[in-house]
Amino acid sequence: MQLRYGVAAFALTVGCFAGSAFAQPVKIAYIDPLSGAFANVGEAGAAQFQAVIDDINAKGGVLNGRKLELVKFDNKTSPQESLIQFNAVTDQGIRFITQGNGSSVAGVLIDAVNKWNERNPDKTVLFLNYAAVDPDFTNDKCSFWHFRFDANSDMKMQALTSFIAKKPSIKKVYLFNQDYQFGKQVSKAANDMLGKKRPDIKIVGDEFIPLGKVKDFAPYVAKIKAAGADTIITGNWGNDLSLFVKAAREAGLKSDFYTYYGGGLGTPAALGAAAEGNVKQITEWHMNIPGTKVEQFAVDFKKKHKIEFYYGRVNVEMRMLAAAMNSAGSDNPAKVAQALEGMFLSTEIGDVEMRKDDHQLMQNLYISTFTKADGKSVKYDVEDTGFGFKTDIELQRKDTMLPTTCKMKRPV
Amino acid sequence: MEFFLVSLLNGVSYGLLLFMLSSGLTLIFSMLGVLNFAHASFYMLGAYFGYQVSRAVGFWPALIVAPLLVGAIGAAVERYGLRRVHRFGHVPELLFTFGLAYLIEEVVHLIWGRIAVDYRIPPSLDFFAFEIFESQYPAYRVFMMAVSIAMLGGLYWMLTRTRIGLIIRAALTHADMVQALGHNVPRVFMLVFGSGCALAALAGVIGGNAFVTEPAMAAAVGSIVFVVIVVGGLGSLAGAFIASLAIGIIQTFAVALDWSLLDTFRDLGWNGDVALSIGAIKLSQFAPVLPYVLMVLILIFRPRGLLGRRDT
Repeated sequence: MQLRYGVAAFALTVGCFAGSAFAQPVKIAYIDPLSGAFANVGEAGAAQFQAVIDDINAKGGVLNGRKLELVKFDNKTSPQESLIQFNAVTDQGIRFITQGNGSSVAGVLIDAVNKWNERNPDKTVLFLNYAAVDPDFTNDKCSFWHFRFDANSDMKMQALTSFIAKKPSIKKVYLFNQDYQFGKQVSKAANDMLGKKRPDIKIVGDEFIPLGKVKDFAPYVAKIKAAGADTIITGNWGNDLSLFVKAAREAGLKSDFYTYYGGGLGTPAALGAAAEGNVKQITEWHMNIPGTKVEQFAVDFKKKHKIEFYYGRVNVEMRMLAAAMNSAGSDNPAKVAQALEGMFLSTEIGDVEMRKDDHQLMQNLYISTFTKADGKSVKYDVEDTGFGFKTDIELQRKDTMLPTTCKMKRPV
Repeated sequence: MEFFLVSLLNGVSYGLLLFMLSSGLTLIFSMLGVLNFAHASFYMLGAYFGYQVSRAVGFWPALIVAPLLVGAIGAAVERYGLRRVHRFGHVPELLFTFGLAYLIEEVVHLIWGRIAVDYRIPPSLDFFAFEIFESQYPAYRVFMMAVSIAMLGGLYWMLTRTRIGLIIRAALTHADMVQALGHNVPRVFMLVFGSGCALAALAGVIGGNAFVTEPAMAAAVGSIVFVVIVVGGLGSLAGAFIASLAIGIIQTFAVALDWSLLDTFRDLGWNGDVALSIGAIKLSQFAPVLPYVLMVLILIFRPRGLLGRRDT
């Protein structure tokens, strides 16, 4: 906190006196879906980035008064389209990109950035990943040019299973995931970690459903019920989550849901009262954590855009980028990347650290439950449902860390 | 046994909802010869109207008002859009309904936004209707089944026992003669198109809160509805009914089975890598694709569909 305010104040002063308002803005390319099935998610993400950037600019910008500028590129959640957009980004001379929706896209972008930087050492590009959670990106496939600001799926599973391990009432777990890379990883991690931490827990089902194709979840719920599961772990998002929970509650299934994306855009509204008390999520932040400095910002954001400020990590990502530029004294991606490595920062949502070994952000994680808003411990509801998230447990940064297999190759 | 009964009920109720959706489409096709690509969009409009009206005056009035409103919109679309395009032949008609689907989706984006709206099951239906051994069965599912069976009965009664039904059936095969007898055939067509849309909207009103009301919902059901009417036979109401029930039940039971090809391959002594990678897919993973497999099989072996009368 000290560092950031200090720098901001310094930048503001210098900015005013030096009159560098004419300096070129630092452009950040946002490559995410702005059309197609996930356009709503992409648009919401863009609005949140823009709000944080506006705030940074209002407080003096970066590098003695230069502004940050978000440039949006539509990749339609498609890896091929993302490569085309990446070409457009490099053509326009933009040196920073950020993306989050889909590990399939992020994987392609990491390769593209690596290749580009190898061939164009004087025009390097830096990739800031805010939501693609494939653990490989900070393990075997790690890259000097990639930084991840979301906890990867293994870290989240580690946190969830530690929490589950302390609940003796949990006896039978059902794994319910989407049939693609991410869902498979959730399932594998759950199997491994539960097996170690609570060998007595029986995994009574390990189901994969086709991504976004199922309309009626009642048959799956009947199957889960027949299996006698008391707890369900799911990496599902969007309708694959909300329809599932609705069908479960309709059939009177009493199991608890441990989700990755229970608070994701549109999900709480679709869940409504169906989710009260039994849907949990794991996030780096939510509205009802007392004492975070981002609360008012999030309230203002919601008032203006009519959607929730969901990505606490977008805030962290932009503040860290600004701090790294300022401490490197440059907008050269290589120098910024060096400044980011191992960087420690006090942010609005707490202290965070960018691990040098693998470029994975370490931050506190929260497991919270969908609970009726009462204006006190659950001060804010989400998506005007009358329900908000209430913290069950706060996991400290150091407890979320996992060893990495990354052997980072740094440019000489 | 308990599991079997619950699954059967789930299959039937899903099948009946599919029928409500597809009956309008197949009705319109048999009357007007138009394959209405925007049909699922009227389903979506029904859900949104149902949400909006039920917020203002409650769910029960919405159940009547929303389909009527959507039916009126549908009738207007036929009167002022489709009828003009009709002169230019079938392809422009298809393109017209195709464009209409996009138009409706964008309008929904503009009015209600891109994320789901909070459309809930009314509290008066939010309870368990009965118990099967130890499983409780939700009243709303029973209600959905009741509505679609009532609709099927009503439709059958109207088409076979009333004067208007007589004219509609006559106009289907001998439009010129019916016109010559002094009936306003274009108005009959408008009425049929409007009612078809109203039926889709009715499905939307009761399906929107059972599932989810959002702009992608039209695209989500659009494909499956076409499967139903192709399997059932284009233009055949009874065929659509059988096809929707069959698809509902097949899908439900496929989910329940963890059977995979691997065991069969092993019995046959085939143990190669290919066998492992294909065989590892469980039938339950395959369930949502089954309707499309069924459609392909039907198109190969019986292109007119189960009860269809013409080869398409």
